[in-house]
Amino acid sequence: MAASSERSPPPFPDSEEPELLEDSDEGADAFTGTSISEMDSPSPDSTRPPKDIFNEPLEDIFSDPLSNINSEPQKKVDTKIPSPSSDEVVDLFSDPLDDDSEVISSPEVQNPMPDLLNEPVQAPKSDVLGEPPVHKNAARQQYIFEDPPKGSSKSSSVKKAASAELFGDEDEEDLFKELPKVVTKKPQPLGPPVDVFTEVKSDVKVKPQVKDDPTDLFTEEALTAPAPKPSASSSSSRTNGVHSEEHDLFSEATVELSLDSPRNDRKKKDAVKPSVSAPVAPVASSSSKAPSKTLEELEEEESEDTFDLNISVTNPEKVGDGMNAYMAYKVSTQTSLTMFRSKMFTVRRRFSDFLGLYEKLSEKHSQNGYIVPPPPEKSILGMTKVKVGKEDPSSAEFVERRRAALERYLQRVVSHPSLLQDPDVREFLEKEELPRAVSTQALSGAGFLKMLNKATDAVSKMTIKMNEQDVWFDEKIQDVENEEQHMRKLHIMVESLVNHRKELSGNTAVFAKSVAMLGSSEDNTALSRALSQLAEVEDRIEQIHQEKAANDFFTFSELLADYIRLLGAVKGCFDQRMKAWQRWQDAENMLQKKREAEAKLLWANKPDKLQQAKDEIAEWEAKVTQYEREFERISATVRKEVIRFDKEKARDFKRQIIKYLESLLNSQQQLIKYWEAFLPEAKAIA
Amino acid sequence: MMSNLDINFFFEDFRLNAYILNVDLQTDATLQVDISDALSERDKVKFTVHTKSTLPNFKQNEFSVVRQHEEFIWLHDSFVENEEYAGYIIPPSPPRPDFDASREKLQKLGEGEGSMTKEEFTKMKQELEAEYLAIFKKTVAMHEVFLCRVAAHPVLRKDLNFHVFLEYNQDLSVRGKNKKEKLEDFFKNVVKSADGVLVAGVKDVDDFFEHEKTFLLEYHNRVKDSSAKSDRMIRSHKSAADDINRIASTLYTLGTQDSTDLCKFFLKVSELFEKTRKIEARVAADEDLKLADLLKYYLRESQAAKDLLYRRGRALVDYENANKALDKARAKNKDVLQAETTQQVCCQKFEKISESAKQELIDFKTRRVAAFRKNLVELAELELKHAKGNLQLLQSCLGVLKGDT
Repeated sequence: MAASSERSPPPFPDSEEPELLEDSDEGADAFTGTSISEMDSPSPDSTRPPKDIFNEPLEDIFSDPLSNINSEPQKKVDTKIPSPSSDEVVDLFSDPLDDDSEVISSPEVQNPMPDLLNEPVQAPKSDVLGEPPVHKNAARQQYIFEDPPKGSSKSSSVKKAASAELFGDEDEEDLFKELPKVVTKKPQPLGPPVDVFTEVKSDVKVKPQVKDDPTDLFTEEALTAPAPKPSASSSSSRTNGVHSEEHDLFSEATVELSLDSPRNDRKKKDAVKPSVSAPVAPVASSSSKAPSKTLEELEEEESEDTFDLNISVTNPEKVGDGMNAYMAYKVSTQTSLTMFRSKMFTVRRRFSDFLGLYEKLSEKHSQNGYIVPPPPEKSILGMTKVKVGKEDPSSAEFVERRRAALERYLQRVVSHPSLLQDPDVREFLEKEELPRAVSTQALSGAGFLKMLNKATDAVSKMTIKMNEQDVWFDEKIQDVENEEQHMRKLHIMVESLVNHRKELSGNTAVFAKSVAMLGSSEDNTALSRALSQLAEVEDRIEQIHQEKAANDFFTFSELLADYIRLLGAVKGCFDQRMKAWQRWQDAENMLQKKREAEAKLLWANKPDKLQQAKDEIAEWEAKVTQYEREFERISATVRKEVIRFDKEKARDFKRQIIKYLESLLNSQQQLIKYWEAFLPEAKAIA
Repeated sequence: MMSNLDINFFFEDFRLNAYILNVDLQTDATLQVDISDALSERDKVKFTVHTKSTLPNFKQNEFSVVRQHEEFIWLHDSFVENEEYAGYIIPPSPPRPDFDASREKLQKLGEGEGSMTKEEFTKMKQELEAEYLAIFKKTVAMHEVFLCRVAAHPVLRKDLNFHVFLEYNQDLSVRGKNKKEKLEDFFKNVVKSADGVLVAGVKDVDDFFEHEKTFLLEYHNRVKDSSAKSDRMIRSHKSAADDINRIASTLYTLGTQDSTDLCKFFLKVSELFEKTRKIEARVAADEDLKLADLLKYYLRESQAAKDLLYRRGRALVDYENANKALDKARAKNKDVLQAETTQQVCCQKFEKISESAKQELIDFKTRRVAAFRKNLVELAELELKHAKGNLQLLQSCLGVLKGDT
């Protein structure tokens, strides 16, 4: 990274600068990629081309970033592309599409190019161009020195950090000022930016690979029409994880929208990877052509496609000693989604990281009415046992139980289309080191605050008397309440079954021993033999009971526990909706009051204050409309979410219970085998 | 509380069991005893003892009397106290009917009726009634086994008290033991067990008895252990079955909440659980009947055999003491005649006991092996039957569920 930017010193011609700036960005990827390609690909040379291209004529450089973009997610295969594509621009645009089936991202990336070339403002070139490279150079160098040996996934984080440092607040402000404009400029008839926001989110989640590309596209834009804002937004969109999500989403929104029409055309041609690209077509068309298409319909489509994303949580490992000890889990992700930097990666996370993830997600999403899957509860008792470090079976079971729960938790998070798009999720899965989640400790100040908040929430919940207009919600709220109650009951019973099965297993083992003893003291040889056979059978049955108990627990009881928690989250969504309603109602009341005041003023004939009152009314009217819209939006989201939740629930339950029954079936088969083997022994007693 | 009809319904089942436990070597039709009916009243159970006989000392060929548990105990005690039968294994007395726990539960259920839904109540009630019936059934079976054993015994069947017990159609007016008698019994037992230790320490002259003694001591302890363990195992099996039952009913309520796909799914699973519950409960009940009861019976029977060995050991010690006394008397030439007669009585007694005891112990072993064989075979068959039933149930249910999804 440093190398490349050093190679592009400031005194370059103006027109060249932006490219180099962006190049340095892209090239950086490819470069830090060298360390990766040394691991991943056999020939580190394959990453060379980009570097050479830098030194080539301008026209080539122009095409260059594109190919680098390809190289970013796709690694080695794509890094080879630069050489042919650098020959001529036209070639590049048509080429990858037809030739390289692997490069899905490229079609989308490349096509916009002409559009972008024409579209953006071509004006203020030089001022922008001059500056950023300098900054970057410095920053990059610093970084390189600080941590040179990092993978390409690293490089992104490095970049993030770097650009965060570089551009800081200023850029974000910039971005914010600019973005709404960009949005409204676009052909998108989507209305207020808020809608765009959600729209884009749903868009993005279907087509994850877009995610990486847009940012690059933006840099593309910076190339051709180098204005301060795009480069700023490109950088800030890279700051995903560091800054709050809003920026990111907005920047993406702009990108998405600007790309819509071209990509749409492209989509139709591009049927390379149906699993990924197929869902994109409807979404893209819906966002560009038929915005009237409801979100619900979109949801339906999405729920049908399968995410090619496998997450497993394995290898729980105790780190440290004493009360500061904690369990670290290996989180491995296997995916073909191009939004991730590689197909397989592994990170180590501790329990509080999982909680931290939840905190972040729920802070961002729950107020919008999303059902954020809750993580397993903290268990001070269980963890203390583990900490104390006696290798007893109960703490091993605790760890296993938690491991499984964490795995399911993550799977639920990533199977939620909007949450999967959250940069925090990606960061959680990909980033090597996470900042320690601090506010998750049960006995901390933050924990206390949370408790306080919960308490006030509960109080306000009781005080809000919402007269429900929507029959659907009315019924659903009641249903969820009942369901939760029954689930709790069921859960208690299944727990009791687990306990009794364990007890049975223990007792069977004891009995088996006892029968073995009886057999050994029996003086009739055949009977003695039969008794010891019986003891063996009972021993095996004990195993079966144990398996059954584990099955009861892991496939049935934990499923219920998960859903009790999830139903709690669903209830939380209803509460959010109620809060929105309350806000709206309050605003209504306020408006009413203002109107009355105005009437009074009119009557009292005080024209001097009348204007002020009118202004206030206008202000509150706007607020009422806004809150009402918000309420409607949240209602729609909650409704959509609950429908999705119900579907997931049905699928989960069916799958789990069938799994449960299959395992029971298996146990029965074994049981039959054992008794069948015993029968002739019993008959042999003479 | 329990209608006779209900109980009769169960009778066929455990009559079978009774005969299995009581594999008698003798197959003659001169005296056949069974319990044809039983009636549970407030705190006692009335058994109708039915006798069929061609023996001349009975007035009729076929007759029935009503007997209570205390009368069975009296009969048993009369055997034990009879010196004549010292050389035989006295069939163990049947255990006291114990319905208290079950009754208590039923009462609690009645109190908690308001707090439950109707379905839950009916289900609980059925469960408890089934439990009650099972205990009842077992009690009757144990009493019948006792009578059958006596009736099949070549010597005991001729006992006068036994005949009175069978034939006298009035109340035998046996009273329970009073406190003084109970205390006496207690002291007797203490003395007996202390004596037993002493006697057991005496080296037997006969290898057969020496071997039997060590075997029985060990066997008794182990069978006791096994019996207790099997009880615990079966109890937890039953609780697991109860849990499954409750899960089924909760699933049912979950399923009736709505009419979505998932609810239908829940209903089907609930149905499956309900059926599984029945099978599991049957498995537990059959294990109880075929395994736990068998062990329990042999716990008591081995105790009876041990008692026999104790009596023989006592007689041996007496005989040896008498020999010593005779030697002493001869040396002192005093009371020789008296000592000689004592010695002879003891010798006779010992030899008589030894003779019959040997046969009894051999019979005991044959009976035991046969009983274990029958019960274990049946246990395995029943387990297989239930497991296969369960398997089929699961298979068909899974077929339906998978077809649906």
